[in-house]
Amino acid sequence: MSGASSWSFREDDSRRIQSILSAFLGESNARTALIVDRTGQMVSTAGETPAFDATAFASLTAADFSANDQLARMLGENEFGALFHQGERESMYLADIARRVILVVLFDNRTTLGLVKLRVKTAVVQLNQVFTDMFNRDGTSAPGVESEFLGEAEDEIDKLFGS
Amino acid sequence: MSMINYASREINCKLVYYGPGLGGKTTNLEHVYNKVAPASRGKMISLATETERTLFFDFLPVDLGTIRGFKVKFHLYTVPGQVYYNASRKLILKGVDGVVFVADSQIERMDANIEAMQNLYENMTQHGYDVTKIPFAIQYNKRDLPNAAPIPELQTALNPGWPVTDPSKQRVTPDPYHDSEYLVRQEDGQWVERAPYFEAVALTGEGVFDTLKAISKNVVKTLG
Ligand SMILES: Nc1nc2c(ncn2[C@@H]2O[C@H](COP(=O)(O)OP(=O)(O)OP(=O)(O)O)[C@@H](O)[C@H]2O)c(=O)[nH]1
Ligand SMILES: [Mg+2]
Repeated sequence: MSGASSWSFREDDSRRIQSILSAFLGESNARTALIVDRTGQMVSTAGETPAFDATAFASLTAADFSANDQLARMLGENEFGALFHQGERESMYLADIARRVILVVLFDNRTTLGLVKLRVKTAVVQLNQVFTDMFNRDGTSAPGVESEFLGEAEDEIDKLFGS
Repeated sequence: MSMINYASREINCKLVYYGPGLGGKTTNLEHVYNKVAPASRGKMISLATETERTLFFDFLPVDLGTIRGFKVKFHLYTVPGQVYYNASRKLILKGVDGVVFVADSQIERMDANIEAMQNLYENMTQHGYDVTKIPFAIQYNKRDLPNAAPIPELQTALNPGWPVTDPSKQRVTPDPYHDSEYLVRQEDGQWVERAPYFEAVALTGEGVFDTLKAISKNVVKTLG
């Protein structure tokens, strides 16, 4: 593979991840859990639907996490496995999963950082497993796009960007 | 490509605008933002200094619509061109599907262009990517300025071509965008490939969509 490494995300992956995230939200009283890929794409969300622009949020999260990753290396750390941003009402906790995606937990004063950190550990272990499996099977079983896809996509590009 | 999400039936493609400081990368995205139908694009995010120099990145999601059951989106990013922002520039390349190099045509910026191009190759290599093997286009911007260098000069400096080693790609390929020019051809017995190039005045929007159309079509081809 010459460009970015590819991976696919299937419905059974989604179900496994959803059940891990729901269990975690139930135990921790956090509001929302999101999985964001390190390239800045939203992979999965669970819990309360966030009111903000999720696409923008995902790109900023990935940038935030990777900037902090570099800071960790400058300090001689391999990584900061997790980050915490505290607000007056809303806080967020970010944890690395399999070096490829980021778990983002949004919570308010219905819970505490201590409880979130305690409960997130199990979720992180389980998610690491799911994503490691997913990356290992990479490209072997993913159904591609249909053959008509390319022509139709080109037509849409002409329409959207003017021909 | 980065990811096909079969659960949400989404395909996201990451396009990165790279190039020297003040070359016009942010201006390209601003033009796209202003001209694409509002329903087809999201918010533009700019992490910039007070003087509007890009500090970390600009980000603009553009929605191509649903094609054969997949929602296809392009995520457009710019990097900060200023030399000392290299660390953040490199981060943005992660997961890139296509690169547009925005060169500043002004003669005085020739060295800055060359340095930025070398920096692109280095940063791609450090991620384990090869810019000659993914969709890649060059935009010669600021063609409106009187001190713009002639295109052949820019081509020689920034787009001299790379050797084509894959036999299946060793065939004469005309440049669809310029008459009697070639993207792949033999030169002194060597097969050579060049990136497609476009002239632009990003400030007025000239050439902005030609560049974007070409790179996005090439990215879509890699999905098949
Ligand atoms: N004359 C002329 N000016 C342009 C053109 N495109 C951009 N500019 C101007 O060049 C300046 C820099 O443009 P930006 O788009 O901010 O450049 P950039 O590449 O994003 O710069 P960095 O963020 O520092 O990397 C601005 O003042 C633009 O208005 C053009 O085609 N012609
Ligand atoms: Mg900029």
